Amino acid sequence: MNIIWTIAKRELATFFDSLIAYIILVLFLGFSGFFTWLYGNDIFLVGQANLRVFFNIASWSLFFFIPAITMKMLAEERKTGTLELLLTKSVSDREVILGKFLGSILLVCIALAATLPYVITVSNIGNLDNGGTICGYLGLLLLSITYTAIGIFASSITTNQIVAFMTALLISLFFQIIFGVLAQNFTGSLGQIFDTLDLQSHFESISRGVLDSKDLVYFLSITVLGLYLGEWSLSKRHIS
Amino acid sequence: MDIQIEKLTKTYGPQRAVNNISFDVKTGEVLGFLGPNGAGKSTTMKMITGYIGIEEGDIRIGGKSVTDPESNFKQHIGYLPENNPLYLDMPVIDYLAFCASLQGVEKTKINSRIREMIGLCGLNREKHKKIGELSKGYRQRVGLAQAMIHNPEILVLDEPTTGLDPNQIIEIRKLIRDLGKEKTVILSTHILPEVEATCDRILIINRGEIVANGTPETLRKQAQDNEVLRVRIEDAEAGKIIKSLNALDTVQDVDPIQREENVFEVQSVAQQSSKRNIFNLCVEKKWVLTELTPLETKLEDIFRNLTVN
Repeated sequence: MNIIWTIAKRELATFFDSLIAYIILVLFLGFSGFFTWLYGNDIFLVGQANLRVFFNIASWSLFFFIPAITMKMLAEERKTGTLELLLTKSVSDREVILGKFLGSILLVCIALAATLPYVITVSNIGNLDNGGTICGYLGLLLLSITYTAIGIFASSITTNQIVAFMTALLISLFFQIIFGVLAQNFTGSLGQIFDTLDLQSHFESISRGVLDSKDLVYFLSITVLGLYLGEWSLSKRHIS
Repeated sequence: MDIQIEKLTKTYGPQRAVNNISFDVKTGEVLGFLGPNGAGKSTTMKMITGYIGIEEGDIRIGGKSVTDPESNFKQHIGYLPENNPLYLDMPVIDYLAFCASLQGVEKTKINSRIREMIGLCGLNREKHKKIGELSKGYRQRVGLAQAMIHNPEILVLDEPTTGLDPNQIIEIRKLIRDLGKEKTVILSTHILPEVEATCDRILIINRGEIVANGTPETLRKQAQDNEVLRVRIEDAEAGKIIKSLNALDTVQDVDPIQREENVFEVQSVAQQSSKRNIFNLCVEKKWVLTELTPLETKLEDIFRNLTVN
Protein backbone atom coordinates (compact mmCIF):
# COMPACT_ATOMS: atom_id res chain seq x y z
CA MET A 1 0.00 0.00 0.00
CA ASN A 2 2.86 2.27 0.92
CA ILE A 3 4.44 1.77 -2.49
CA ILE A 4 1.17 2.36 -4.35
CA TRP A 5 0.76 5.59 -2.43
CA THR A 6 4.35 6.66 -3.21
CA ILE A 7 3.81 6.11 -6.93
CA ALA A 8 0.42 7.86 -6.85
CA LYS A 9 1.93 10.87 -5.06
CA ARG A 10 4.66 11.15 -7.67
CA GLU A 11 2.14 10.98 -10.51
CA LEU A 12 0.06 13.72 -8.92
CA ALA A 13 3.13 15.89 -8.31
CA THR A 14 4.17 15.42 -11.95
CA PHE A 15 0.73 16.52 -13.13
CA PHE A 16 0.96 19.73 -11.17
CA ASP A 17 4.60 20.33 -12.09
CA SER A 18 4.01 19.96 -15.78
CA LEU A 19 0.91 22.17 -16.00
CA ILE A 20 -1.15 19.24 -17.36
CA ALA A 21 -3.19 19.27 -14.18
CA TYR A 22 -4.01 22.97 -14.47
CA ILE A 23 -4.92 22.71 -18.14
CA ILE A 24 -7.20 19.76 -17.48
CA LEU A 25 -8.82 21.39 -14.46
CA VAL A 26 -9.46 24.62 -16.36
CA LEU A 27 -10.81 22.81 -19.41
CA PHE A 28 -12.97 20.46 -17.35
CA LEU A 29 -14.45 23.26 -15.24
CA GLY A 30 -14.82 25.57 -18.25
CA PHE A 31 -16.46 22.94 -20.43
CA SER A 32 -18.86 21.58 -17.84
CA GLY A 33 -19.52 25.03 -16.36
CA PHE A 34 -20.35 26.53 -19.74
CA PHE A 35 -22.90 23.87 -20.63
CA THR A 36 -24.31 23.69 -17.12
CA TRP A 37 -24.89 27.40 -16.58
CA LEU A 38 -24.76 29.24 -19.88
CA TYR A 39 -25.62 27.27 -22.97
CA GLY A 40 -28.24 24.86 -24.36
CA ASN A 41 -30.37 22.78 -22.02
CA ASP A 42 -28.87 24.51 -19.05
CA ILE A 43 -29.74 24.15 -15.42
CA PHE A 44 -32.25 27.05 -15.48
CA LEU A 45 -34.32 25.47 -18.22
CA VAL A 46 -35.21 22.48 -16.06
CA GLY A 47 -36.81 24.64 -13.39
CA GLN A 48 -35.84 22.21 -10.64
CA ALA A 49 -33.13 22.51 -8.03
CA ASN A 50 -31.06 19.55 -9.10
CA LEU A 51 -27.73 18.97 -10.80
CA ARG A 52 -28.76 16.34 -13.39
CA VAL A 53 -27.71 18.62 -16.23
CA PHE A 54 -24.27 19.01 -14.70
CA PHE A 55 -23.84 15.28 -14.10
CA ASN A 56 -24.72 14.57 -17.70
CA ILE A 57 -22.29 17.17 -19.05
CA ALA A 58 -19.57 16.09 -16.61
CA SER A 59 -19.84 12.48 -17.76
CA TRP A 60 -19.02 13.66 -21.27
CA SER A 61 -16.15 15.89 -20.22
CA LEU A 62 -14.64 13.11 -18.13
CA PHE A 63 -15.00 10.78 -21.11
CA PHE A 64 -12.74 13.16 -23.07
CA PHE A 65 -10.32 14.26 -20.38
CA ILE A 66 -9.54 11.00 -18.61
CA PRO A 67 -7.77 9.51 -21.66
CA ALA A 68 -5.69 12.70 -21.75
CA ILE A 69 -4.72 12.15 -18.11
CA THR A 70 -3.88 8.47 -18.48
CA MET A 71 -2.26 8.47 -21.93
CA LYS A 72 1.27 9.17 -20.71
CA MET A 73 1.14 6.98 -17.62
CA LEU A 74 2.90 3.91 -19.02
CA ALA A 75 3.47 4.84 -22.67
CA GLU A 76 5.92 7.59 -21.79
CA GLU A 77 7.73 5.52 -19.18
CA ARG A 78 8.14 2.74 -21.67
CA LYS A 79 9.44 5.13 -24.30
CA THR A 80 12.01 6.86 -22.09
CA GLY A 81 13.05 3.61 -20.40
CA THR A 82 12.14 4.78 -16.90
CA LEU A 83 9.75 1.84 -16.71
CA GLU A 84 12.77 -0.44 -16.52
CA LEU A 85 14.16 1.54 -13.62
CA LEU A 86 10.78 1.57 -11.88
CA LEU A 87 10.13 -2.15 -12.27
CA THR A 88 13.60 -3.14 -11.07
CA LYS A 89 12.95 -1.41 -7.76
CA SER A 90 11.28 -3.63 -5.20
CA VAL A 91 7.93 -2.94 -6.79
CA SER A 92 5.53 -5.38 -8.42
CA ASP A 93 3.77 -4.78 -11.74
CA ARG A 94 0.46 -4.62 -9.90
CA GLU A 95 1.70 -1.93 -7.54
CA VAL A 96 2.83 0.18 -10.50
CA ILE A 97 -0.56 -0.16 -12.21
CA LEU A 98 -2.48 0.57 -9.02
CA GLY A 99 -0.23 3.51 -8.13
CA LYS A 100 -0.76 5.10 -11.52
CA PHE A 101 -4.50 4.39 -11.29
CA LEU A 102 -4.73 6.01 -7.87
CA GLY A 103 -2.72 9.02 -9.07
CA SER A 104 -5.11 9.72 -11.93
CA ILE A 105 -8.18 9.12 -9.77
CA LEU A 106 -6.87 11.67 -7.29
CA LEU A 107 -6.59 14.24 -10.07
CA VAL A 108 -10.16 13.48 -11.15
CA CYS A 109 -11.29 13.83 -7.53
CA ILE A 110 -9.67 17.24 -7.33
CA ALA A 111 -11.52 18.25 -10.51
CA LEU A 112 -14.81 16.99 -9.09
CA ALA A 113 -14.17 18.72 -5.77
CA ALA A 114 -13.71 21.96 -7.67
CA THR A 115 -17.34 21.71 -8.83
CA LEU A 116 -18.67 21.78 -5.25
CA PRO A 117 -19.50 25.52 -5.60
CA TYR A 118 -22.17 24.43 -8.11
CA VAL A 119 -23.80 22.38 -5.37
CA ILE A 120 -23.69 25.31 -2.96
CA THR A 121 -25.13 27.67 -5.57
CA VAL A 122 -28.02 25.39 -6.50
CA SER A 123 -28.84 24.58 -2.89
CA ASN A 124 -29.16 28.32 -2.28
CA ILE A 125 -31.56 28.73 -5.19
CA GLY A 126 -33.94 25.98 -4.18
CA ASN A 127 -34.48 22.82 -2.18
CA LEU A 128 -31.68 20.54 -3.38
CA ASP A 129 -32.09 16.77 -3.30
CA ASN A 130 -29.06 15.85 -1.21
CA GLY A 131 -29.28 12.10 -1.75
CA GLY A 132 -29.55 12.55 -5.50
CA THR A 133 -26.53 14.86 -5.52
CA ILE A 134 -24.38 12.44 -3.57
CA CYS A 135 -25.45 9.63 -5.90
CA GLY A 136 -24.62 11.84 -8.89
CA TYR A 137 -21.10 12.39 -7.64
CA LEU A 138 -20.78 8.70 -6.85
CA GLY A 139 -21.86 7.96 -10.43
CA LEU A 140 -19.21 10.33 -11.79
CA LEU A 141 -16.60 8.70 -9.59
CA LEU A 142 -17.55 5.20 -10.76
CA LEU A 143 -17.52 6.36 -14.37
CA SER A 144 -14.09 7.92 -13.77
CA ILE A 145 -12.52 4.79 -12.34
CA THR A 146 -13.89 2.80 -15.27
CA TYR A 147 -12.48 5.14 -17.90
CA THR A 148 -9.20 5.49 -15.97
CA ALA A 149 -8.74 1.74 -15.94
CA ILE A 150 -9.43 1.63 -19.68
CA GLY A 151 -6.99 4.51 -20.20
CA ILE A 152 -4.26 2.79 -18.22
CA PHE A 153 -4.70 -0.37 -20.22
CA ALA A 154 -4.50 1.65 -23.47
CA SER A 155 -1.34 3.34 -22.21
CA SER A 156 0.24 0.01 -21.35
CA ILE A 157 0.06 -1.40 -24.87
CA THR A 158 2.00 1.29 -26.72
CA THR A 159 4.94 3.68 -26.45
CA ASN A 160 3.12 6.46 -28.25
CA GLN A 161 0.95 8.78 -26.17
CA ILE A 162 -1.29 9.76 -29.08
CA VAL A 163 -1.97 6.10 -29.84
CA ALA A 164 -2.73 5.54 -26.16
CA PHE A 165 -5.14 8.49 -26.14
CA MET A 166 -6.98 7.41 -29.28
CA THR A 167 -7.19 3.77 -28.17
CA ALA A 168 -8.59 4.78 -24.79
CA LEU A 169 -11.10 7.09 -26.45
CA LEU A 170 -12.16 4.39 -28.90
CA ILE A 171 -12.71 1.76 -26.20
CA SER A 172 -14.50 4.28 -24.00
CA LEU A 173 -16.66 5.36 -26.94
CA PHE A 174 -18.17 1.88 -27.09
CA PHE A 175 -19.23 2.10 -23.47
CA GLN A 176 -20.25 5.74 -23.64
CA ILE A 177 -22.46 5.58 -26.71
CA ILE A 178 -22.03 2.73 -29.20
CA PHE A 179 -23.39 -0.07 -26.99
CA GLY A 180 -26.37 2.17 -26.21
CA VAL A 181 -27.11 2.71 -29.91
CA LEU A 182 -26.69 -0.99 -30.65
CA ALA A 183 -29.03 -1.85 -27.79
CA GLN A 184 -31.76 0.23 -29.43
CA ASN A 185 -31.23 -1.45 -32.80
CA PHE A 186 -31.26 -5.04 -31.62
CA THR A 187 -34.02 -6.96 -29.99
CA GLY A 188 -33.98 -10.08 -27.89
CA SER A 189 -31.02 -11.35 -25.96
CA LEU A 190 -28.48 -9.51 -28.14
CA GLY A 191 -30.19 -6.24 -27.36
CA GLN A 192 -30.21 -7.23 -23.71
CA ILE A 193 -26.46 -7.83 -23.77
CA PHE A 194 -25.76 -4.47 -25.40
CA ASP A 195 -28.07 -2.78 -22.96
CA THR A 196 -26.14 -4.33 -20.06
CA LEU A 197 -22.86 -3.19 -21.57
CA ASP A 198 -24.06 0.38 -22.11
CA LEU A 199 -22.41 2.60 -19.53
CA GLN A 200 -24.80 5.52 -19.91
CA SER A 201 -27.83 3.63 -18.70
CA HIS A 202 -25.97 2.44 -15.58
CA PHE A 203 -24.65 5.93 -14.97
CA GLU A 204 -28.08 7.50 -15.41
CA SER A 205 -29.75 5.15 -12.99
CA ILE A 206 -27.16 5.98 -10.32
CA SER A 207 -27.26 9.73 -10.96
CA ARG A 208 -31.06 9.59 -10.73
CA GLY A 209 -30.46 8.48 -7.15
CA VAL A 210 -31.10 4.77 -7.57
CA LEU A 211 -28.28 2.78 -6.03
CA ASP A 212 -28.41 -0.72 -7.45
CA SER A 213 -25.76 -3.35 -6.80
CA LYS A 214 -26.00 -4.33 -10.48
CA ASP A 215 -24.62 -0.93 -11.48
CA LEU A 216 -21.84 -1.09 -8.92
CA VAL A 217 -20.83 -4.54 -10.13
CA TYR A 218 -20.87 -3.26 -13.71
CA PHE A 219 -18.49 -0.36 -13.07
CA LEU A 220 -16.20 -2.27 -10.75
CA SER A 221 -15.89 -5.27 -13.04
CA ILE A 222 -14.84 -3.14 -16.04
CA THR A 223 -12.35 -1.35 -13.79
CA VAL A 224 -10.84 -4.57 -12.49
CA LEU A 225 -10.72 -6.01 -16.01
CA GLY A 226 -8.99 -2.89 -17.37
CA LEU A 227 -6.39 -2.88 -14.61
CA TYR A 228 -5.85 -6.60 -14.92
CA LEU A 229 -5.27 -6.29 -18.67
CA GLY A 230 -2.86 -3.44 -18.00
CA GLU A 231 -0.89 -5.63 -15.61
CA TRP A 232 -0.93 -8.48 -18.11
CA SER A 233 0.36 -6.18 -20.82
CA LEU A 234 3.24 -5.05 -18.56
CA SER A 235 4.14 -8.64 -17.73
CA LYS A 236 4.37 -9.55 -21.43
CA ARG A 237 7.96 -8.22 -21.41
CA HIS A 238 8.97 -11.42 -19.63
CA ILE A 239 8.11 -13.72 -22.52
CA SER A 240 8.85 -11.78 -25.70
CA MET B 1 25.55 -11.55 -1.28
CA ASP B 2 26.58 -13.98 -4.00
CA ILE B 3 25.05 -14.33 -7.41
CA GLN B 4 24.96 -17.69 -9.16
CA ILE B 5 23.91 -17.89 -12.75
CA GLU B 6 23.17 -21.31 -14.16
CA LYS B 7 22.63 -22.20 -17.80
CA LEU B 8 20.84 -18.96 -18.51
CA THR B 9 19.19 -18.74 -21.93
CA LYS B 10 17.08 -16.07 -23.57
CA THR B 11 15.86 -15.96 -27.15
CA TYR B 12 14.37 -13.06 -29.05
CA GLY B 13 12.54 -14.61 -31.97
CA PRO B 14 14.99 -16.77 -33.89
CA GLN B 15 17.99 -15.09 -32.25
CA ARG B 16 19.62 -16.40 -29.10
CA ALA B 17 20.54 -13.31 -27.14
CA VAL B 18 21.96 -15.30 -24.24
CA ASN B 19 22.91 -18.90 -24.81
CA ASN B 20 23.38 -21.25 -21.89
CA ILE B 21 25.75 -19.13 -19.80
CA SER B 22 26.81 -19.93 -16.25
CA PHE B 23 28.96 -17.92 -13.87
CA ASP B 24 29.27 -16.89 -10.23
CA VAL B 25 29.96 -13.55 -8.63
CA LYS B 26 31.03 -13.47 -5.01
CA THR B 27 30.74 -10.84 -2.34
CA GLY B 28 33.63 -8.40 -2.45
CA GLU B 29 34.21 -8.95 -6.12
CA VAL B 30 33.92 -6.53 -9.02
CA LEU B 31 33.05 -8.39 -12.20
CA GLY B 32 33.67 -6.66 -15.52
CA PHE B 33 31.25 -7.69 -18.20
CA LEU B 34 32.75 -7.17 -21.64
CA GLY B 35 31.51 -7.82 -25.11
CA PRO B 36 30.78 -6.20 -28.44
CA ASN B 37 27.43 -4.51 -29.03
CA GLY B 38 24.58 -6.98 -29.06
CA ALA B 39 26.57 -9.68 -27.30
CA GLY B 40 23.92 -10.16 -24.62
CA LYS B 41 25.40 -8.07 -21.79
CA SER B 42 22.37 -5.90 -21.18
CA THR B 43 19.96 -8.81 -21.58
CA THR B 44 21.82 -10.73 -18.88
CA MET B 45 21.80 -7.69 -16.60
CA LYS B 46 18.08 -7.21 -17.18
CA MET B 47 17.46 -10.79 -16.15
CA ILE B 48 19.59 -10.43 -13.01
CA THR B 49 17.69 -7.31 -11.98
CA GLY B 50 14.33 -8.94 -12.67
CA TYR B 51 13.19 -6.66 -15.48
CA ILE B 52 12.77 -9.49 -17.94
CA GLY B 53 11.92 -13.06 -17.12
CA ILE B 54 14.18 -16.05 -17.39
CA GLU B 55 13.47 -18.42 -20.24
CA GLU B 56 15.70 -21.30 -19.25
CA GLY B 57 18.18 -21.72 -16.43
CA ASP B 58 18.23 -19.98 -13.10
CA ILE B 59 19.64 -16.99 -11.28
CA ARG B 60 20.20 -17.34 -7.55
CA ILE B 61 20.81 -14.28 -5.46
CA GLY B 62 22.01 -14.99 -1.94
CA GLY B 63 21.01 -18.61 -2.48
CA LYS B 64 17.40 -17.82 -3.42
CA SER B 65 16.12 -18.17 -6.96
CA VAL B 66 14.75 -14.99 -8.54
CA THR B 67 11.80 -17.00 -9.83
CA ASP B 68 10.75 -17.66 -6.24
CA PRO B 69 7.89 -15.22 -5.58
CA GLU B 70 8.86 -15.13 -1.90
CA SER B 71 12.34 -13.74 -2.53
CA ASN B 72 12.45 -9.95 -2.40
CA PHE B 73 15.72 -9.96 -4.30
CA LYS B 74 15.06 -6.57 -5.92
CA GLN B 75 15.59 -4.92 -2.54
CA HIS B 76 19.19 -6.11 -2.49
CA ILE B 77 20.03 -4.84 -5.97
CA GLY B 78 20.96 -1.35 -7.08
CA TYR B 79 20.65 -1.02 -10.83
CA LEU B 80 21.90 1.61 -13.25
CA PRO B 81 20.41 0.76 -16.65
CA GLU B 82 21.93 1.52 -20.01
CA ASN B 83 21.26 5.11 -21.16
CA ASN B 84 20.38 6.02 -17.58
CA PRO B 85 16.63 6.71 -17.86
CA LEU B 86 15.41 9.23 -15.26
CA TYR B 87 12.30 11.31 -14.63
CA LEU B 88 13.50 14.55 -16.16
CA ASP B 89 10.72 16.65 -14.66
CA MET B 90 11.62 15.79 -11.07
CA PRO B 91 14.07 17.66 -8.83
CA VAL B 92 17.09 15.59 -7.78
CA ILE B 93 16.16 15.46 -4.10
CA ASP B 94 12.54 14.47 -4.75
CA TYR B 95 13.65 11.78 -7.15
CA LEU B 96 16.06 10.27 -4.64
CA ALA B 97 13.37 10.39 -1.96
CA PHE B 98 10.99 8.61 -4.35
CA CYS B 99 13.54 5.87 -5.06
CA ALA B 100 14.40 5.46 -1.39
CA SER B 101 10.77 5.10 -0.51
CA LEU B 102 10.17 2.50 -3.24
CA GLN B 103 13.18 0.51 -2.09
CA GLY B 104 11.82 0.32 1.42
CA VAL B 105 14.23 2.67 3.17
CA GLU B 106 12.76 3.61 6.55
CA LYS B 107 11.10 7.02 6.59
CA THR B 108 13.33 8.39 9.32
CA LYS B 109 16.47 7.36 7.44
CA ILE B 110 15.50 8.68 4.01
CA ASN B 111 16.85 12.18 4.55
CA SER B 112 20.20 11.06 5.90
CA ARG B 113 20.59 8.56 3.05
CA ILE B 114 19.85 11.29 0.50
CA ARG B 115 22.38 13.60 2.13
CA GLU B 116 24.98 10.86 2.08
CA MET B 117 24.36 10.05 -1.60
CA ILE B 118 24.46 13.72 -2.59
CA GLY B 119 27.81 14.05 -0.86
CA LEU B 120 29.17 10.82 -2.29
CA CYS B 121 28.15 11.61 -5.87
CA GLY B 122 29.05 15.31 -5.73
CA LEU B 123 25.55 16.60 -6.40
CA ASN B 124 25.43 19.25 -3.72
CA ARG B 125 25.14 22.25 -6.02
CA GLU B 126 22.54 20.65 -8.30
CA LYS B 127 20.35 19.01 -5.66
CA HIS B 128 17.42 21.40 -6.10
CA LYS B 129 17.54 21.46 -9.90
CA LYS B 130 15.27 19.38 -12.06
CA ILE B 131 17.05 16.36 -13.52
CA GLY B 132 16.22 17.58 -17.04
CA GLU B 133 18.32 20.70 -16.42
CA LEU B 134 21.45 18.73 -15.58
CA SER B 135 24.27 17.87 -17.96
CA LYS B 136 24.88 14.28 -18.93
CA GLY B 137 27.62 13.72 -16.38
CA TYR B 138 25.46 14.97 -13.53
CA ARG B 139 22.55 12.83 -14.69
CA GLN B 140 24.90 9.86 -14.57
CA ARG B 141 25.71 10.77 -10.97
CA VAL B 142 22.01 10.92 -10.16
CA GLY B 143 21.68 7.48 -11.75
CA LEU B 144 24.44 6.15 -9.51
CA ALA B 145 22.93 7.84 -6.48
CA GLN B 146 19.52 6.26 -7.06
CA ALA B 147 21.16 2.85 -7.52
CA MET B 148 22.94 3.10 -4.17
CA ILE B 149 20.30 4.95 -2.17
CA HIS B 150 19.13 1.89 -0.24
CA ASN B 151 22.68 0.66 0.39
CA PRO B 152 22.20 -2.52 -1.65
CA GLU B 153 24.46 -5.51 -1.34
CA ILE B 154 24.58 -5.97 -5.10
CA LEU B 155 25.24 -3.28 -7.69
CA VAL B 156 24.52 -3.87 -11.36
CA LEU B 157 25.90 -1.04 -13.45
CA ASP B 158 25.40 -0.94 -17.21
CA GLU B 159 28.12 1.34 -18.57
CA PRO B 160 28.48 3.51 -15.49
CA THR B 161 31.06 6.00 -16.75
CA THR B 162 29.58 7.07 -20.08
CA GLY B 163 29.29 10.83 -20.33
CA LEU B 164 31.59 11.60 -17.43
CA ASP B 165 34.66 13.80 -17.73
CA PRO B 166 38.10 12.28 -16.98
CA ASN B 167 38.16 13.54 -13.39
CA GLN B 168 34.73 12.15 -12.71
CA ILE B 169 35.66 8.85 -14.33
CA ILE B 170 38.58 8.49 -11.94
CA GLU B 171 36.35 9.36 -8.98
CA ILE B 172 33.63 6.93 -10.02
CA ARG B 173 36.14 4.13 -10.62
CA LYS B 174 37.59 4.71 -7.19
CA LEU B 175 34.07 4.69 -5.77
CA ILE B 176 33.30 1.39 -7.50
CA ARG B 177 36.55 -0.13 -6.24
CA ASP B 178 35.75 0.95 -2.69
CA LEU B 179 32.20 -0.33 -2.92
CA GLY B 180 33.47 -3.56 -4.43
CA LYS B 181 35.36 -4.42 -1.24
CA GLU B 182 32.18 -5.27 0.61
CA LYS B 183 29.54 -5.50 -2.08
CA THR B 184 29.00 -7.58 -5.17
CA VAL B 185 29.41 -5.46 -8.27
CA ILE B 186 28.73 -6.34 -11.88
CA LEU B 187 29.60 -3.65 -14.39
CA SER B 188 29.51 -3.67 -18.15
CA THR B 189 31.62 -1.41 -20.26
CA HIS B 190 33.22 -0.90 -23.64
CA ILE B 191 36.20 0.90 -22.17
CA LEU B 192 38.92 -1.71 -21.68
CA PRO B 193 41.30 0.30 -19.46
CA GLU B 194 38.32 0.78 -17.16
CA VAL B 195 38.04 -2.95 -16.65
CA GLU B 196 41.70 -3.17 -15.72
CA ALA B 197 41.35 -0.24 -13.35
CA THR B 198 38.26 -1.45 -11.52
CA CYS B 199 37.57 -5.14 -11.97
CA ASP B 200 38.83 -8.18 -10.12
CA ARG B 201 37.56 -10.49 -12.78
CA ILE B 202 36.64 -10.21 -16.43
CA LEU B 203 33.93 -12.01 -18.28
CA ILE B 204 33.96 -11.66 -22.04
CA ILE B 205 30.76 -12.57 -23.77
CA ASN B 206 30.21 -12.86 -27.51
CA ARG B 207 27.00 -13.78 -29.32
CA GLY B 208 25.41 -14.84 -26.08
CA GLU B 209 28.21 -17.14 -25.01
CA ILE B 210 31.02 -16.73 -22.51
CA VAL B 211 34.35 -16.77 -24.34
CA ALA B 212 36.65 -15.83 -21.46
CA ASN B 213 36.38 -15.73 -17.69
CA GLY B 214 39.20 -14.86 -15.32
CA THR B 215 41.41 -12.16 -13.84
CA PRO B 216 43.16 -9.82 -16.30
CA GLU B 217 46.45 -11.63 -15.58
CA THR B 218 45.14 -15.12 -16.30
CA LEU B 219 43.51 -13.92 -19.51
CA ARG B 220 46.82 -12.47 -20.61
CA LYS B 221 48.65 -15.68 -19.79
CA GLN B 222 46.11 -17.72 -21.71
CA ALA B 223 46.33 -15.47 -24.72
CA GLN B 224 50.11 -15.38 -24.78
CA ASP B 225 52.14 -18.57 -24.84
CA ASN B 226 55.59 -17.25 -25.67
CA GLU B 227 57.49 -14.58 -23.80
CA VAL B 228 58.23 -11.45 -25.82
CA LEU B 229 60.98 -9.08 -24.63
CA ARG B 230 61.81 -5.63 -25.81
CA VAL B 231 65.59 -5.32 -25.76
CA ARG B 232 67.83 -2.35 -26.34
CA ILE B 233 71.57 -2.86 -26.54
CA GLU B 234 74.14 -0.11 -26.99
CA ASP B 235 77.80 -0.14 -28.12
CA ALA B 236 77.35 -2.76 -30.83
CA GLU B 237 76.28 -3.22 -34.42
CA ALA B 238 72.75 -4.29 -35.08
CA GLY B 239 73.71 -7.15 -37.39
CA LYS B 240 76.08 -8.65 -34.83
CA ILE B 241 73.51 -8.41 -32.08
CA ILE B 242 70.84 -10.15 -34.12
CA LYS B 243 73.23 -12.93 -34.98
CA SER B 244 74.27 -13.44 -31.35
CA LEU B 245 70.72 -13.28 -30.06
CA ASN B 246 69.58 -15.84 -32.59
CA ALA B 247 72.37 -18.08 -31.45
CA LEU B 248 70.91 -18.28 -27.94
CA ASP B 249 69.04 -21.57 -27.50
CA THR B 250 66.02 -20.05 -25.76
CA VAL B 251 65.39 -17.50 -28.50
CA GLN B 252 62.97 -18.35 -31.25
CA ASP B 253 62.86 -15.14 -33.22
CA VAL B 254 64.44 -11.68 -33.22
CA ASP B 255 62.60 -8.80 -34.76
CA PRO B 256 64.44 -5.49 -35.16
CA ILE B 257 61.96 -2.66 -34.63
CA GLN B 258 64.31 0.31 -34.63
CA ARG B 259 67.53 -0.81 -36.27
CA GLU B 260 69.44 2.43 -35.82
CA GLU B 261 68.58 2.58 -32.12
CA ASN B 262 69.34 -1.13 -31.66
CA VAL B 263 65.88 -1.95 -30.34
CA PHE B 264 64.65 -5.50 -30.87
CA GLU B 265 61.72 -7.67 -29.97
CA VAL B 266 62.91 -11.05 -28.89
CA GLN B 267 60.46 -13.93 -28.83
CA SER B 268 61.44 -16.90 -26.69
CA VAL B 269 60.78 -20.56 -27.25
CA ALA B 270 57.52 -21.69 -25.66
CA GLN B 271 57.57 -22.05 -21.85
CA GLN B 272 61.09 -20.59 -21.58
CA SER B 273 62.54 -17.23 -20.63
CA SER B 274 65.50 -15.61 -22.37
CA LYS B 275 66.05 -12.80 -19.85
CA ARG B 276 69.05 -14.36 -18.12
CA ASN B 277 70.62 -15.50 -21.37
CA ILE B 278 70.37 -12.02 -22.90
CA PHE B 279 71.89 -10.46 -19.81
CA ASN B 280 74.74 -12.95 -19.73
CA LEU B 281 75.34 -12.44 -23.44
CA CYS B 282 75.71 -8.70 -22.93
CA VAL B 283 78.09 -9.21 -20.01
CA GLU B 284 80.19 -11.60 -22.02
CA LYS B 285 80.39 -9.31 -25.08
CA LYS B 286 80.68 -6.15 -22.94
CA TRP B 287 77.62 -4.61 -24.53
CA VAL B 288 75.49 -2.20 -22.54
CA LEU B 289 71.98 -3.41 -21.96
CA THR B 290 69.76 -0.32 -21.52
CA GLU B 291 66.31 -1.85 -21.83
CA LEU B 292 64.84 -5.26 -21.13
CA THR B 293 61.05 -5.16 -20.84
CA PRO B 294 58.63 -8.05 -21.01
CA LEU B 295 55.80 -7.13 -23.41
CA GLU B 296 52.33 -8.03 -22.23
CA THR B 297 49.48 -8.70 -24.57
CA LYS B 298 47.08 -5.82 -24.34
CA LEU B 299 43.54 -6.46 -23.22
CA GLU B 300 42.42 -4.94 -26.50
CA ASP B 301 44.17 -7.73 -28.39
CA ILE B 302 42.65 -10.42 -26.22
CA PHE B 303 39.23 -8.85 -26.70
CA ARG B 304 39.65 -8.67 -30.47
CA ASN B 305 40.93 -12.22 -30.72
CA LEU B 306 37.99 -13.57 -28.80
CA THR B 307 35.19 -11.57 -30.34
CA VAL B 308 36.09 -11.11 -34.00
CA ASN B 309 35.34 -14.20 -35.97
